[in-house]
Amino acid sequence: MTNALRLYMHYLSQSVRSQMQYRVSFIMLSFGHFLTTGIEFLAIASLFARFKHIQGWTLPEVALLYGLINISFAFADAASRGFDIFGTMVKSGDFDRLLLRPRSTALQLAGHELTLRRVGRLLQGLAVFSWASYTLDIAWSVPKIYLVFTAIFGGACLFIGLMVIQATIAFWTTESLELMNTMTYGGVETAQYPLPIYRIWFRKFFTYIVPLACVNYLPALAILERGDPMGFPIALQWVAPLICIIFLIVALQIWKIGVRYYRSTGS
Amino acid sequence: MILNLSVIKSYIAVLSARFRTLLQYRAAAFAGFGTQLFWGLIRVMIFEAFYRSTTAPQPMTADEVITYIWLGQAFLVLIPYQGADPDVRAMVRSGNVVYELVRPTNLYFFWYSRAIAQRTAPGVFRALPMFITASLFFNLQMPPSFSATCAWLISMLFAILISAAITNLLNISLLWTISGEGLGVLLSSLTWLFSGIIIPLLFFPDWAQTAINILPFRYLMDIPFRFYMGHISPEQIWYHLPFQIAYLIALITAGHLILTRGIRRLVAQGG
Repeated sequence: MTNALRLYMHYLSQSVRSQMQYRVSFIMLSFGHFLTTGIEFLAIASLFARFKHIQGWTLPEVALLYGLINISFAFADAASRGFDIFGTMVKSGDFDRLLLRPRSTALQLAGHELTLRRVGRLLQGLAVFSWASYTLDIAWSVPKIYLVFTAIFGGACLFIGLMVIQATIAFWTTESLELMNTMTYGGVETAQYPLPIYRIWFRKFFTYIVPLACVNYLPALAILERGDPMGFPIALQWVAPLICIIFLIVALQIWKIGVRYYRSTGS
Repeated sequence: MILNLSVIKSYIAVLSARFRTLLQYRAAAFAGFGTQLFWGLIRVMIFEAFYRSTTAPQPMTADEVITYIWLGQAFLVLIPYQGADPDVRAMVRSGNVVYELVRPTNLYFFWYSRAIAQRTAPGVFRALPMFITASLFFNLQMPPSFSATCAWLISMLFAILISAAITNLLNISLLWTISGEGLGVLLSSLTWLFSGIIIPLLFFPDWAQTAINILPFRYLMDIPFRFYMGHISPEQIWYHLPFQIAYLIALITAGHLILTRGIRRLVAQGG
């Protein structure tokens, strides 16, 4: 286990070093990423200027949801590049090489690259989150800090889990399906607004099938000390983010099944 | 530059060859349709919730916004959000781009023809199914009159041409690897923000409207869509059409100039 962790860290440091060879390109791409993701928040702010609130939620409250989900997605997005390009690896047969190495394939793919330019989304997520926290004047206590960290960690686990599942599908289709983007990017988009604004089937989907509510809406309720119109037990708000760790573990088990069914394209 | 008939024919041949190639990706188009449907639904639900939360008058009615959102999803391909032509990118990376210089055609229009195909072909399998699905199930409304339809179609035609000119600028910017990348990102974000795909442009603050009206990006979606809904009266086409044509000429001229400069500094390595 510690050995695997050391190897993973080694992979990451290699990846960081290679990306730092092109410093200007890195700065440019990070800035571009900051810009493209930041634009979404400008649009949200404009809507709030016109409509004032969305079912009782004000802009700073929504900004808290927005900040949380974007921070966790930035981490997940940076760490899962290997799973993202897995489809092309299957197609070209490059995955065979990974199988020959005496380490788990999931570990090797996770260590494939730490995409540093995702720092652009991370920074704008942090900026929006800080602004929200400042405007709402949240009294940060230990339990609330615990909530923020578990929400971000759980969120990252959830998104990595989704990307692992997306990659697993490529074992059968030899092609990554754009359709899964609805869960990842679509999930980010969805979680930027409070869950009760959506239709019931949609809420249920993002609560029970893809437990997005557990890392965003529920912990945010506890941080904001708001009542829940959907009537989940209060205790759930505190343990919910941890459910997503289970989600990731399940995803990795499905991945293992996928590896067993793998047939090389032979090219 | 002399444009005789055979030259134009060769560009049309490039366009149709590229178009047919792109039509092959049907599974991707189907997956894309599903994705767009999902996105559209999220956006519609968000706006419905906003409209439930207020009684203050808004620049558009809820029904209009819903139609606008579905049109955006149907014609998403008009936004060059995936950046430059991947084949051109590969050519620049490998150095094969020098072969392009040997061709007895104008390189700008050669790439421009490809760009038109790139901005239309993927839409074939997305726009029509999206139209049918959204109008049957999700409250996408039809244009109120025949003249509104005509105005919409004319402005859509120029939207495609302008979009292809922007795509071609992205292609050309690849000739400058590092700074080109930056320009590409900037141009894509501007297009994304000011075309109307995120939110209808009228919802941006009033002080931003001047900037929005000066930039060409609203002609990609916002203006055509508002013609479709009758939100702008059809006669207004005579006001907007000259602007669309002017932007098109400006973008093509700019692309041409930049490309000429790019080729002049291009160094081809042997091997």
